[in-house]
Amino acid sequence: MSRWGRDFWLSTASNSAHSRASGNPETVRRSACVVALGPRFRGDERLGKRIALSLALLFVLAAPVLAESAKPHNYGIGTRATAEQIAGWDIDVRPDGVGAPPGHGSVKDGEAIYLERCAACHGEFGESAGRWPQLAQGKGTLASNDPVKTVGSYFPYLSSVFDYIRRAMPFGDAQSLTNDELYAVTAYVLNLNDIVDDKFVLSKETWDKVKMPNANGFYDDDRETAEKAFWNPNPCMSDCRAPVKITGHAAVIDVTPEEAGANDKPPRKGGVE
Amino acid sequence: MTDGSKTEGPKKTRTTRRHFLAGAAGLAAAGAATRVRADDKNLPPNVAPWSKSLGDGVAVRPYGHPSEFEKNVIRRDVQWLTASRESSVSFTPLHELDGIITPNGLCFERHHGGIAEVDPNDYRLMIHGMVDRPLIFTLEDLKRLPRVNKIYFLECAANSGMEWRGAQLNGCQYTHGMIHTVQYTGIPLKLLLEQAGVKPAGKWLLCEGSDAAALDRSLPLEKALDDCLVAYRMNGEMLRPEQGYPVRLVVPGWQGNMWIKWLRRIEVGDRPWYTREETAKYTDLMENGKARKFTFVMDAKSVITSPSPQAPVKRKGFQVISGMAWSGRGKVKRVDVSLDGGRNWREARIDGPVLDKAPVRFYVETEWNGEPWLLQSRAIDDTGYVQPSKDALRKIRGVNSIYHNNGIQTWALKTSGEVENVEVG
Repeated sequence: MSRWGRDFWLSTASNSAHSRASGNPETVRRSACVVALGPRFRGDERLGKRIALSLALLFVLAAPVLAESAKPHNYGIGTRATAEQIAGWDIDVRPDGVGAPPGHGSVKDGEAIYLERCAACHGEFGESAGRWPQLAQGKGTLASNDPVKTVGSYFPYLSSVFDYIRRAMPFGDAQSLTNDELYAVTAYVLNLNDIVDDKFVLSKETWDKVKMPNANGFYDDDRETAEKAFWNPNPCMSDCRAPVKITGHAAVIDVTPEEAGANDKPPRKGGVE
Repeated sequence: MTDGSKTEGPKKTRTTRRHFLAGAAGLAAAGAATRVRADDKNLPPNVAPWSKSLGDGVAVRPYGHPSEFEKNVIRRDVQWLTASRESSVSFTPLHELDGIITPNGLCFERHHGGIAEVDPNDYRLMIHGMVDRPLIFTLEDLKRLPRVNKIYFLECAANSGMEWRGAQLNGCQYTHGMIHTVQYTGIPLKLLLEQAGVKPAGKWLLCEGSDAAALDRSLPLEKALDDCLVAYRMNGEMLRPEQGYPVRLVVPGWQGNMWIKWLRRIEVGDRPWYTREETAKYTDLMENGKARKFTFVMDAKSVITSPSPQAPVKRKGFQVISGMAWSGRGKVKRVDVSLDGGRNWREARIDGPVLDKAPVRFYVETEWNGEPWLLQSRAIDDTGYVQPSKDALRKIRGVNSIYHNNGIQTWALKTSGEVENVEVG
């Protein structure tokens, strides 16, 4: 919107608010002209009105043209990123393998790296130590009351694992694995989940051979249809339900931290993940 | 909550059960507040020492802090939730706050690899991929570009995630404290993308942090062009380190995990990346074992912040019930409050600004005479979405989804004035 158009729109809007408040049509009409067109037009309401109308019409007609002509402005700020700079930071990998670096690694080599760099948190067999993420097993649990989400049971793509290890693992020593180590340790985690056999060597070339068990376990957000009932123009205001009973108490579970520190009682399932 | 004997310090203001009941008993006698005791040396007709001697001068506190009597107004964590504090969460003390703005030092934290301490001189933002001109911006570059100021809430998708299977944590800091609201100063992402020139085939962005988790999320280009910001200020000052100093992404109304902190790179592509954070995490597992993905928007939600378990009622008589409501789909249109667990509702009074994808503050002013209440609030946004009950959510989603629990919260106010997180049926 042009500066002129915006000013005009604002003055009209402020005037209509005024008209509702004052309730005097004569005062309102006069002040409309004063606000929109300035004091010069005071005293000639008819002319003022005619000009206001034609200006409004002009604005309505011109608006789409103005909008279309708004080309992105180049501020000349920022410098060209070189191929070398991009290569150093561009570490993401897509499901189709785009972005995967050169290199390869075997399950066997991965086992040694895993035991040294990963097992302390994730457990020797990916079973997890403490509250660190479990990496293996859990197949067939997703529909149960105690779902176990692991690389084998939940991750949909090889890249979801590979990209994550590449950027964030080992925890506290991120981006320290060589490409070959990265391939090897990923291959070993796949092997822990029986996705690849003991002889498997992971590389860009064997990328597509990896079939993730839960690849079809996801669907797009469908809240607007599946939960359509939550859009309700007339929510109930009185006598909406039978008398209410308390069915659960947080105080009974008693896992809320005390002021002095955390409470060690075992919590229920659930968390920030 | 257990007794307060484990806690130390004479200035402790937390209300423990013993402390609380003693207070309530005292209040039964009328005029308790005006009774003069021997140690009321600072109360009228006596004159307090701060009225007699000079206090600290200017610049003695070059960066101001809250009063020492507000020491309990802090972020807290729940240590059993996570394996380490570097990949964990702390919660905003909602029960201690009013209005809609969260003070910078109280904004909840969620890190995946600890706080990156970025030297602003070495800060770079790279934009590349399907663009005409791959670019690198310094912080100084970003600050030279046109900027806007916007107030938005940021809510973690896992806020209230511990409550799917029933009432568990006793305090709205823990049940609802993964939210904060500040005014961001930043550059529309659209403007930055225009500098690089997105190629026609570009449909998605990969946004990546420079922390030790290099957190990466796919963002639809449509959202990026709509209202996302690349922000460097919160409430006027530079971002706090724990909020992504010096630059973070702002994705209004969408789950907090996408608001990449310590933003270092934006790559334009033609499809989403399906990173670990948008597959293994931040997907909502349904009862049938299938999971919803890309559940970006945060549904309308509300919570009564006072009274609440950490903010019990101390006096009978006139009460101000106070809470906050928000929606990732737009503006909050109305908030209703129930005192009887959702049987009957009354419209709350919204006070202060009503903004797009920002919370509103609501109040109900009423009398309490010691009767038990089951306090609830429900938000209604301008798309007509009405915040559902927890049971209505569970009926559709089961109890395994962790994320997006926007069900109606119930607080039981007891005759004693204590408040407890309860489940109703």
